[in-house]
Amino acid sequence: MLRILAVAAFYVSGATAQDAIPDSLTGAKGDPARGRAIVANRQVGLCLLCHSGPIPEERFQGDLAPDLAGAGNRWTEAQLRQRIVDSRKLNPLTIMPSYYRTEGHARVAPAFRGKPLLDAEQIEDIVAYLGTLK
Amino acid sequence: MRRIITGAGLLLALAHAFAQDIPPGDRRSGYEQMGRETRAMQDDDSANPATFWVLEGETSWSKKTGTANRACSECHGDAAASMKGVAARHPAFDAKRGRLMNLEQRINACRVERQEAKPLAYESRELLALTAYVARQSRGMPIKIAPNPQSQPSLDAGRALYNRKIGQIDLSCAQCHDQNWGRHLAGNAIPQAHPTGYPIYRLEWQGVGSLQRRLRNCMSGLRAEAYDYGSQELVDLEYYLMWRARGMKVETPAVRP
Ligand code: HEC
Ligand code: HEC
Repeated sequence: MLRILAVAAFYVSGATAQDAIPDSLTGAKGDPARGRAIVANRQVGLCLLCHSGPIPEERFQGDLAPDLAGAGNRWTEAQLRQRIVDSRKLNPLTIMPSYYRTEGHARVAPAFRGKPLLDAEQIEDIVAYLGTLK
Repeated sequence: MRRIITGAGLLLALAHAFAQDIPPGDRRSGYEQMGRETRAMQDDDSANPATFWVLEGETSWSKKTGTANRACSECHGDAAASMKGVAARHPAFDAKRGRLMNLEQRINACRVERQEAKPLAYESRELLALTAYVARQSRGMPIKIAPNPQSQPSLDAGRALYNRKIGQIDLSCAQCHDQNWGRHLAGNAIPQAHPTGYPIYRLEWQGVGSLQRRLRNCMSGLRAEAYDYGSQELVDLEYYLMWRARGMKVETPAVRP
């Protein structure tokens, strides 16, 4: 019950403030071609494990999450950045991993300890790529 | 507009927060989500590669071994009678030893204490074969896990592990197996994680493996540090999963993709 109240309070208070990260994590613009390659790679981006997307050469895409096609129409780059960096700020119960968060994780395997899923440059590349999906 | 979105988000969050165990009537074995060919492999002992392990287990069953130079069959007789139902009620709390034991640990206890032999290593061919042979004697029987005051802490611990988010990916077992079963992670249908058929022949492994191997696979997939074979945590998880599947039928030796 406490958890539900916390979630409810979160939604009433914080939702809009957390909706977007306006500034590039690197200070530079990402490269959409590199971003596409990261999204397509199931060992690096992992995106297609859950999402489908306009990447026809990758078979066996997931159906746990919305199709990425049109993401650039639905969201601004600042909103997309927030969704990659830490989707759980927006929806604490989502299965979408927080790609740039390192705290609050339990029992991380030694090889991945203290590391985010993707680095700042990779995230900017993905944001740039998703922005082209109109 | 913002208000509507916030409201919808709240409802969604509430729906998830109240997400419950899978209702008994909706439970399905991973078998039901497999393709026709894989099911046919499991249905026909002569096409099921795990049959080799079962046959090897049968040989081990009546082979004298250890310092005591005794065979399982000398104490237990015909496995078809004495081992019937055993896998359906494991893990089980052992009052004498004061702990929960899974089937592999039970087999190894007999090896060490009665045969006076070295315990077989987890995932060794001989332990998998013996376990598959013993569990095969319960095929078709309903899983029967009845927690008592001594085993309840294990059930609770297993449930907590199942619901705990772990690894760099930071997901819990429940988030995939309770909330997203039937959907696809890349090409793979997510099962409900009922341990009805272990040890299984897994096509991806090209061999037979234990339930603990399967659990450790999911943990590594989450980029979590998998618990050690035989650890209390993995036995607790096994116990919770078997309890969750209570009443479902044992399929050992099952085939899985
Ligand atoms: C484990 C599952 C999972 C993975 C991996 C994952 N996502 Fe998501 N993602 C989701 C889900 C589920 C949602 C739906 C929103 C929610 O649950 O709050 C979502 C939402 C999104 C959204 C906003 C939804 C929309 O309208 O398009 C974007 C953009 C997105 N993800 C991009 C990505 C990218 C890019 C990656 C890889 C770097 C990725 N996701 C990896 C599960 C995942
Ligand atoms: C990101 C999704 C995901 C998470 C989280 C996950 N699993 Fe799985 N699990 C799968 C998939 C997919 C399979 C089917 C096999 C495959 O294709 O890898 C599976 C298979 C299984 C099976 C075999 C079921 C059968 O029919 O034999 C069991 C048992 C299981 N998981 C238990 C767990 C436990 C316990 C956890 C937590 C430690 C867990 N899983 C976490 C996706 C997941």
